Amino acid sequence: MHPMLFLAVLLGLSAFAYQVGRRRSVTVAGGLQHAGTLHSRPSYYGAYAALWALVPALAVLFFWLVFEQSVITEVVLAGMPPEVREVAPDRLNLLVNDLRNLVKGNIVAGHVGPAMQAAAEHYRSLAATSHAALGVLVVVIAAGGLMLARSRITPTLQARNRVEQVVTTFLLASSLVAIFTTVGIALSVLFESLRFFQAVPVTEFLFGTNWSPQMAIRADQVGSSGAFGAVPLFTGTLLIALIAMLVAVPIGLTSAIYLSEYADRRFRAVAKPLLEILAGVPTVVYGFFAALVVAPLVREAGRYLGLDVASESALAAGLVMGVMIIPFISSLSDDVINAVPQSLRDGSYALGATQSETIRRVVIPAALPGIAGGILLAMSRAIGETMIVVMAAGLSANLTANPLAAVTTVTVQIATLLVGDQEFDSPKTLAAFALGLVLFLVTLTLNVIALHIVRKYREQYE
Amino acid sequence: MNSVKHPPAGGRASGGAPRTIDVVRATLARRHASERRFRRYGITAIVTALAFLAFLFSSVLVKAHGVLQQTYIALDVHLDAGVVDPQGNRSPDSLREGDYGALIKDALRDAFPDVKERREQRDLFALVSPGAVFDLRTAVMQDPSLVGATRMFWVPANDDVDMLEKGVMRRESAEGERRLNDQQVKWVDQLVAAGRVELRFNSRFFLGSDSREPEMAGIWGAVVGSFYTLLVALSLSFPLGVAAAAYLEEFAPKNRWTDLIEVNINNLAAVPSIIYGLLGLAVFINVFGVPRSSPLVGGLVLTLMTLPIIIISGRAALKSVPPSIREAALGVGASKMQMVMHHVLPLAMPGMLTGTIIGMAHALGETAPLLMIGMVAFIVDIPQGITDPATVLPVQIYVWADSPERAFVERTAAAIVVLLVFLVVVNAAAVILRKRFERRW
Repeated sequence: MHPMLFLAVLLGLSAFAYQVGRRRSVTVAGGLQHAGTLHSRPSYYGAYAALWALVPALAVLFFWLVFEQSVITEVVLAGMPPEVREVAPDRLNLLVNDLRNLVKGNIVAGHVGPAMQAAAEHYRSLAATSHAALGVLVVVIAAGGLMLARSRITPTLQARNRVEQVVTTFLLASSLVAIFTTVGIALSVLFESLRFFQAVPVTEFLFGTNWSPQMAIRADQVGSSGAFGAVPLFTGTLLIALIAMLVAVPIGLTSAIYLSEYADRRFRAVAKPLLEILAGVPTVVYGFFAALVVAPLVREAGRYLGLDVASESALAAGLVMGVMIIPFISSLSDDVINAVPQSLRDGSYALGATQSETIRRVVIPAALPGIAGGILLAMSRAIGETMIVVMAAGLSANLTANPLAAVTTVTVQIATLLVGDQEFDSPKTLAAFALGLVLFLVTLTLNVIALHIVRKYREQYE
Repeated sequence: MNSVKHPPAGGRASGGAPRTIDVVRATLARRHASERRFRRYGITAIVTALAFLAFLFSSVLVKAHGVLQQTYIALDVHLDAGVVDPQGNRSPDSLREGDYGALIKDALRDAFPDVKERREQRDLFALVSPGAVFDLRTAVMQDPSLVGATRMFWVPANDDVDMLEKGVMRRESAEGERRLNDQQVKWVDQLVAAGRVELRFNSRFFLGSDSREPEMAGIWGAVVGSFYTLLVALSLSFPLGVAAAAYLEEFAPKNRWTDLIEVNINNLAAVPSIIYGLLGLAVFINVFGVPRSSPLVGGLVLTLMTLPIIIISGRAALKSVPPSIREAALGVGASKMQMVMHHVLPLAMPGMLTGTIIGMAHALGETAPLLMIGMVAFIVDIPQGITDPATVLPVQIYVWADSPERAFVERTAAAIVVLLVFLVVVNAAAVILRKRFERRW
């Protein structure tokens, strides 16, 4: 817990700096009764000093901790005998892993020779030195910042403006995190995908109909063709999403209409939160429900009807996914139906239409763009949903439109390819990132279109 | 009523064309029937959705109830000094090395002296949980004076015996379809007849951590892992979310860049969660070297995932603060920053906290991205900090749901109940907060 300790020390120091800065400002003003001669309130001088003590030291602490491990590893490796360290890069990675495990006192996979022992000793001593140096450095920088700030405090120092500048920068930086996240997602999937497409052509990935991502470890291995045609995954994903939408759209839309147009306030107050509970249930619970309750039921029903149902049928996963999506459809449709102006309804009633005719011929057509946007959003959620399909859908890629057969989906494959140990140079692992790229692009497109439609729709009636 | 002569109600009353009022009268009954039908569709849809909800909860509860109890078997164990205490000095080190497994086997052999054949003996030993060894060792290490004595110990039975006693495994089914053979069932019946089998409260499920043996597995490790992960996520996403919402709502100039940020945040809220897992794997683990499987990396991923939710709800909370507050603050000479920090943010805080809690509830139930970053690993130790390998409740549920042992089903369901209870508590906190502090302007 060393970093936490450093952080605590730093926070303590900056609290001290606050007091020092505040007192100093009062002193330079010539006492509390003359505080009015200062440019800012004394507390801003305190905050000014505290920021000087905290921010530079925090930056140093952060960068040190980020780079410490790799620098120490480099130094230790450079100090090892050449016959140990001059090996292939992947062997070197193993060596580094063993070394770090040895340092931490964990069980080491490889053989521990005297060279390794010496290196681990070296590592430990370097780490201890580094930590001590860091501690001294951080305290010195914080103290230096404090002294500098204290010497700068004069009645004319615009402490409030300086502090507010720093705070504004922090606020701006926080809002940029969202941008960085998007860029990070795009770059991380893109880079690994590009590496994947060097091994497997894009056209084979997008249009190939054979998916069997196991790579041969030995040349003579059976069933290790390593085919990366993703079409069966796309069709499987669409099949399950389609079943889900067939369940969710009628139920969700009808219940939204009833809740917004017919239900009295009491019924609405009970039924709406109950429906939203469906959205709050974690997806892993739906997965359990699909795999252990619904799938056996579907299979039994199929047997009763004389149908051959796979134990991991698309139908079971799709049904449960549909239940999960009901509240999305119903609450989004509820919003847009409520946004339809009452004047449209009143006009329809005045012409003698019944309530259901008004809803079908006036309200729904008026709300249609918004509803369509909601359905697209729900579709994107169905495509990106992972846990239900990981637990209830199959692993084998089948190119079929039969809802009773087992199919696999993009998310299932991403999860299974990446769970467990990974090597970042095999197409098997990289394929997951390529699938991730496709998933990201498809859901992004759906979302952009849907949000655009919904926004346009809102503007229309505002 | 028909005696009254109606004036022509429609546009074309003359000639052979029907009057509108007649059309209306003729079709009115049908239209009203269709109205009632339409209403019934609505009710049916709501009832169907709620029936699914009820079915979901009841099936989980039905599967979960068995977990409160665990079958124990009483064994007369002779704690032979030579076996328990190889060094002969009663020191903890020596007692730890004792071969307690042999003692349990001896006790079982004594209980069933006529079992001689090796295969039969192996079946017999399988009745007791492999975890019984640890229980015995703990008991001896707590009380070294037991060494040399013969005592009756209640040790946990194997999960198959547990399932048999709870009636999940059916006696009447054919031998090949059960995980216990006829001979084993007979032994269990003999033990039951001797009063040596008992269902006891299963405290291990609530206090233990994961295990390959269902009867030894508990959720405490996952609960602690969830706690640390959420702690990291909360301590990062709350300040960042509040700051970003404040900037976008109060400070940002309205231009193309802030539009981009806004569209971006709305889209991030709808990106599939598994993509965040890919991000965590590629960036946090492979580039920055954050330890795999740790609550730290899990918390970072969940931070990025919940941030859009918190920002969106935070902006809504800021929007609901009336402009008069801002104008009054500026009017008495506050700077813009003072206006936001001293007046607007405190008033928007309850709404922001509600949004944050809802985001955390979301993070608590999230599984998919955490599978990518190694939190699915089999971890027996209870994590001590944010860099220790850990697992979280939903991932634990996933792992158990994937295990073939029948006894894991009730544990999975029970873990789900625990997770749902936590979620109810968290959401109730959000509702109470909203009710208590919400201000209508």
